[in-house]
Amino acid sequence: MATDARPNTLFRNLNAKLAALPMILCTMLIFVGCSLWTIIYSFTSSKALPVEKFVGFAQYERLFNTSRWVQSVENIMIYGIVALIFSFVVGFILAAFLDQKIRFENTFRTIFLYPFALSFIVTGVVWQWILDPSLGLQETMRNLGWENFTFDLISGKDTVIYALLMAGLWQGTGFVMVLMLAGLRGIDDDIWKAVRIEGIPKWKTYIVVVIPMMRGVLITTLVIVSAGIVKLYDLVVALTNGGPGLSSEVPAKYVYDFMFSRANIGQGLAASTVMLATVFIILIPWIYLEYGNKGKK
Amino acid sequence: MMNEPYGPRPGKILNPTRIMVYGVLIVAAIYYLLPLYIMITTSMKGLPEIRMGNIFALPVEVTFAPWAKAWDSACTGLYCEGLKTGFWNSVIITIPSVIVSIAIASVNGYALSNWKFKGSEVFFTILIFGSFIPFQVMLYPLVIVTRELGIFGSLWGIIFIHTIFGMPILTLLFRNYFASLPEELFKAARVDGAGFWGIFFKIMVPMSVPIFVVAVILQITGIWNDFLFGVVFAGTENFPMTVQLNNIVNSKQGVTEYNVNMAATILTGAVPLIVYFLSGKYFVRGIAAGAVKG
Repeated sequence: MATDARPNTLFRNLNAKLAALPMILCTMLIFVGCSLWTIIYSFTSSKALPVEKFVGFAQYERLFNTSRWVQSVENIMIYGIVALIFSFVVGFILAAFLDQKIRFENTFRTIFLYPFALSFIVTGVVWQWILDPSLGLQETMRNLGWENFTFDLISGKDTVIYALLMAGLWQGTGFVMVLMLAGLRGIDDDIWKAVRIEGIPKWKTYIVVVIPMMRGVLITTLVIVSAGIVKLYDLVVALTNGGPGLSSEVPAKYVYDFMFSRANIGQGLAASTVMLATVFIILIPWIYLEYGNKGKK
Repeated sequence: MMNEPYGPRPGKILNPTRIMVYGVLIVAAIYYLLPLYIMITTSMKGLPEIRMGNIFALPVEVTFAPWAKAWDSACTGLYCEGLKTGFWNSVIITIPSVIVSIAIASVNGYALSNWKFKGSEVFFTILIFGSFIPFQVMLYPLVIVTRELGIFGSLWGIIFIHTIFGMPILTLLFRNYFASLPEELFKAARVDGAGFWGIFFKIMVPMSVPIFVVAVILQITGIWNDFLFGVVFAGTENFPMTVQLNNIVNSKQGVTEYNVNMAATILTGAVPLIVYFLSGKYFVRGIAAGAVKG
């Protein structure tokens, strides 16, 4: 930006540097510093208080030998895969339908997105009531005449994860839809004119032409949604609190419980370091998209 | 983004494809609205009516007693004060957090877009990466940091935390917006001898009202909906509304009062919902800002 006299630059930018000081401190001390602290102390035998007694990978060994952690990882993987597939497919279909120059587009969009304005706690509590086996949806359907209607996701060990999914997807699919819609709107109208002249059917155009063109939006959405899934915590606390048994435990809850309720900080730190590593893996496609292309251009 | 001009296609009549499109959209809309409907109707029923077991039924006798109880006297396990303390705590947490985080992030964004200095892009890149780090990773070190600063378990503690975690997205928002403003304005002001702060307050801020609105909406909903930071950093007497709602609903003692729970849920969701319905376009802009980069 500074195009004029050079010697002034340092002095003039001092203001900018001072103004950016909170950001610099935040990145270096909090994001970098605190993460490093966590990684380093995950190799210690810290219990109720952090101590500098290094024990190598002992915390990690213990972590992956703890059934609750293994279960948590399994749960978040099932949740993550189903949530990604469902929210992308449904989000894309809704966005593509909304993009057909339909009436009341704004109304539909407002309806699909409002759950995203609600907190996970509110979402969890509402779905806890809807899925309540004794008085909720199941009982309602039975009373309406389907006497064998079974929809008891919450109390089954194998099904409770789908209760989390129902609630989580209700809350988050609108977000994916909005990003997809933004991507669809970014596609040149000439493309649509061209394929119409060629006589290619619409659904085929979406798959062959539009989706590849939306690569950027798709990857960014994938990264944002996946990084959000890794952190899943509030929803579980509000909807199932990890139960029944350990069947809806998730990694973020493991971290919190071991750090603050079980006074086993080392375990919490090791678990959160694993979460950090997962997010880094998730970020790879995004880094490639952001910085890989710049090199080529 | 999504406000390009487009008109209705000329001479379009309903054909099977369009009926299908509308059909799917309407079914989806019903699915999305159903929980809201159930929340509202349940909160206005008495317990005997709820026990009849039809969550879809409209209330026969409309009662607002559950609302009064949720607000004033619902029990959280220890106290029976309802949600009102949580509501005011959330207000007291949200207002300063929104102001402080936006004040800092807007200046950050301004410095990053108009006054780039050596290394500024590096810090910005780290900041954006930082936004992806799971909070759990920084949770314990931040407990130590806030404790050392003497603000752990206090209002200042939670404001500090919200300022930090709002910084990546808000800085991105402001940086991209300021970068999109015509450069000539900035240059002309420089020629006129305006300095860093002069240009910011006299030119940038007045021209950036829309992005400030977006930032305010983003922060109000985000901070109001926060649970984890509230539990850890706010301290028991400052617990925000989400924490109290969870305590009311999930403190298993006595009879579960579904109607009170639902009234409490609506009350907790009301602020972000109202903000959302009043500001749909800006809300969409805010959440899309993280994904659609400039």
